[in-house]
Amino acid sequence: MVLQQIEKLGDNALYVVERTGLMGVFIASCIAKAVTPPFRWFPILKQIHFIGARSTVVILVAGLFTGMVVALQFYDSLVRFGAVAMLGAAVALGLIRELAPVLTALVVIGRVGSAICAEIGIMRSDEQIDALECMAVDPYRYLIVPKVVASIVAVPVLTVIFTVIGIGGGWFVGVVLFGVSEAAYFQGMYETVVWDDIEMGLVKSIFFGLLIVWVAAGKGYFLHLERNGSFGAEGVSHTTTDAVVISIIGVLVADYLISALML
Amino acid sequence: MSSKQSADQASPEVVIDVEHLVTHYGERRILDGVNLSVRKGEILVIMGGSGSGKSTLLRHLLGLHHPTSGAIRLLGTDIATANQKKLYEIRRNIGVAFQKGALLSSLTVGENVQLPLREHTALDEQTIGIMTRMKLDMVNLHGFENLKPAELSGGMLKRAGLARAIIMDPKLLFFDEPSAGLDPVVAAELDELILRIRKAMGITIVVVTHELDSAFKIADRITVLDEGKIVVSGTVDEVRNTDNQRVQDLLNRKPRDEAMDADEYLRRLTGHTL
Repeated sequence: MVLQQIEKLGDNALYVVERTGLMGVFIASCIAKAVTPPFRWFPILKQIHFIGARSTVVILVAGLFTGMVVALQFYDSLVRFGAVAMLGAAVALGLIRELAPVLTALVVIGRVGSAICAEIGIMRSDEQIDALECMAVDPYRYLIVPKVVASIVAVPVLTVIFTVIGIGGGWFVGVVLFGVSEAAYFQGMYETVVWDDIEMGLVKSIFFGLLIVWVAAGKGYFLHLERNGSFGAEGVSHTTTDAVVISIIGVLVADYLISALML
Repeated sequence: MSSKQSADQASPEVVIDVEHLVTHYGERRILDGVNLSVRKGEILVIMGGSGSGKSTLLRHLLGLHHPTSGAIRLLGTDIATANQKKLYEIRRNIGVAFQKGALLSSLTVGENVQLPLREHTALDEQTIGIMTRMKLDMVNLHGFENLKPAELSGGMLKRAGLARAIIMDPKLLFFDEPSAGLDPVVAAELDELILRIRKAMGITIVVVTHELDSAFKIADRITVLDEGKIVVSGTVDEVRNTDNQRVQDLLNRKPRDEAMDADEYLRRLTGHTL
């Protein structure tokens, strides 16, 4: 019995190592193919539309209310120290460095990551990926690379939109509702936010964009190697759930690591 | 002399040659020393029961799986050892009609059929359109090019998959269970279509199926697999008249006798070794 447990443990460890290696090779191949010709511009634009343009409304709503609630919380704290003039700086720093990249990534995971994983998983399950291989069409170039490039482009743009609208939401709460001076709101922001803060937000959003597609497309692509057994609708459903959970945890862990490295 | 026999004798060139193919999934040996060859222009049907290894053999022939050992030569190139570039070169000369069509669900039928042309040729739009309609006509799907795969029936999906498989005029054409899941009339139509395509295009065809009627109708030669081994290979008559018991059981649809001793039965029920 003990031997069986040890065997099972070893088996699981080998599986994790093997899958990690496979996912590593997967994303390395995608990046290598993304930077070497032939380039496929139309599929990339199509994916930017799917990942970026079609997420804009959700990002606008999420950004607006995030900015508003951040301003509300900071106003309540800053007013105790008589430092409401710093409201704009606090809202902007919170959004640029932390909230906008992370919350944008979480929205994209929910809206796009799950869809990509399910789409690729169903294609694997229905032999569509095998069909591409048999037609001598590289599935990485045809399916995955446009999504990787589009995500790396679209997620930072969405993050910028989130930040700008969030600052607007903060302005509405601070300036319009609580009467903070508009000049103080923007002057504090202007004096406090430096390029390093913007750089940190952009680096995070680029990395998150890559991470989301890596996990979603990779889990779908290797659906046939999953150990939960099923290869049809149930397998796709399990794998999509796994992809979303892994992406969310991955984004939060990566957020801490990038912050620690760049601060 | 039948037309099938004359086709055999007139086309001696071997275009598919499998030598001592062995493959494992974990500890299990799925293919066990498979040898087969297919001559130019002939139709080889690979038959066998469920789990006999015929689908695995097909995936090896398509280069989708790598064998543990052995050689798989398609058009003279060993795809078991070929790199991806070489494999893709070979694949430009083959067509595959998958069991459920395997059409890309995001594209229309027409876009699916013309995908290989767009990927591998520099033909202009008009030529691509003409070729697409020509192949769709061949499989009786004229007028369906603007529909999505989800709007087609099972038989139509298979035919659309076939149109895509022959769009590049391949030298080798593979079918995975062409009649599976179809009513007898549609299955018979598909068999006729396979014979018509061979006649019109002179393609070498390999069909994996467990449908006996279909196999006997279209095959020049039949290879029967059982537990990863070839048990019989020959013409339709040779296979029909073989004295191999497993093949006769398959042909006569006789269920397997699963003899099992009491200890083995208890072990299976309890999951413990006694």
